[in-house]
Amino acid sequence: MTDLNSLAEELAEKGRDLQQGTNFEVTPIPGDVAVFQILVEDQEELPLFLSGSDGQILCIAYLFRKHEVAPDSRDEMNEVMLAANVSMPLSSFALIDDQYVVFGALSAKASIEDVLHEIEVLSSNAIEAIDVLADYLL
Amino acid sequence: MSILRKIVTAIRGGAREVGEAIVDQNSVRIFEQEIKDAQNQLDKAKMDLTEVMAKEMQASRKIEGLQEDIVKHEGYASQALDKQDEALALEVAQKIADLQGELEIQKKAQQSFSAHAERLKAMIKKTTKAVTDLERELVMVKTTESVQKATTAITNNYASGSSRLLTAKESLDRIKERQTHLEDRLAAGEVLEGEFSGQDLDQKLKDAGIVEDDNKAKDILEKLKAEKAN
Repeated sequence: MTDLNSLAEELAEKGRDLQQGTNFEVTPIPGDVAVFQILVEDQEELPLFLSGSDGQILCIAYLFRKHEVAPDSRDEMNEVMLAANVSMPLSSFALIDDQYVVFGALSAKASIEDVLHEIEVLSSNAIEAIDVLADYLL
Repeated sequence: MSILRKIVTAIRGGAREVGEAIVDQNSVRIFEQEIKDAQNQLDKAKMDLTEVMAKEMQASRKIEGLQEDIVKHEGYASQALDKQDEALALEVAQKIADLQGELEIQKKAQQSFSAHAERLKAMIKKTTKAVTDLERELVMVKTTESVQKATTAITNNYASGSSRLLTAKESLDRIKERQTHLEDRLAAGEVLEGEFSGQDLDQKLKDAGIVEDDNKAKDILEKLKAEKAN
């Protein structure tokens, strides 16, 4: 099991590195489990969240809440999400309580480069997802 | 009930917070206990199997030995008969009968050990699968629990904050706006750079005498000097 704290520290350093393609900020969030907020530069409105569980690293982006979806089109949107899931690289759509999310799960043994790649892809996927699903939103 | 089924049941039952509906305080502990029990069972079965297989091999070796012994004594009996020693032949025959009796017992024992080993192997296979399944379920419970806790932390610290007042659409618009800005800035930068490099070219042309220099002060001064001298 990777220590999420040291992973986050390493990530934070990478995020500050201007040589890197994408810059981002990593901040711990207080709570019962280790969660880190990742703010990608110029996409601060769509933060990513990094957390861990048994043998996994989870990267989650919150898209919108159920009530933001036009009630009549929810069924269709759900179907679109299911249909798009496999094609979307590294991320999947999911529902956490009343929040639609895209998330990626990595093995706890994943390298820092894997996690960096995951973050970049996830943030792009999240923005594109909202963009293409915007028609279903109120 | 499997975790996946619990999730389906919770949704069908209209639960708002699925995580809460399927993860209770005890589920992790219960799964961990079940895994421990199954693992113990597995360890014991593996030890039993080693023992039973050793006994089976022992029986096999005894069977081989007995069979050799029987062949050997059949040879003795035949030799005794050749020597017309009926009494000795009978004694040997009795020995052969004893050996055959022992052989039957060993063969039955071997069969029983072999059957026992097969049962243990099947059980090990089944228990190993059960442990894998339980471990998978445990990961699901733990992940659900940790996502639930993470969500609570995020909701408390971020979702209630000012940024979450934005809807997804508004967030997207802001990001897009900023990206357009960035692109505009880049485009403007390119124009500027173009102008700079244009200036550069002008200078080169002037230096090369292809384009006339705007600044003719030097020429004018030379001209004035020449006029004065005259």
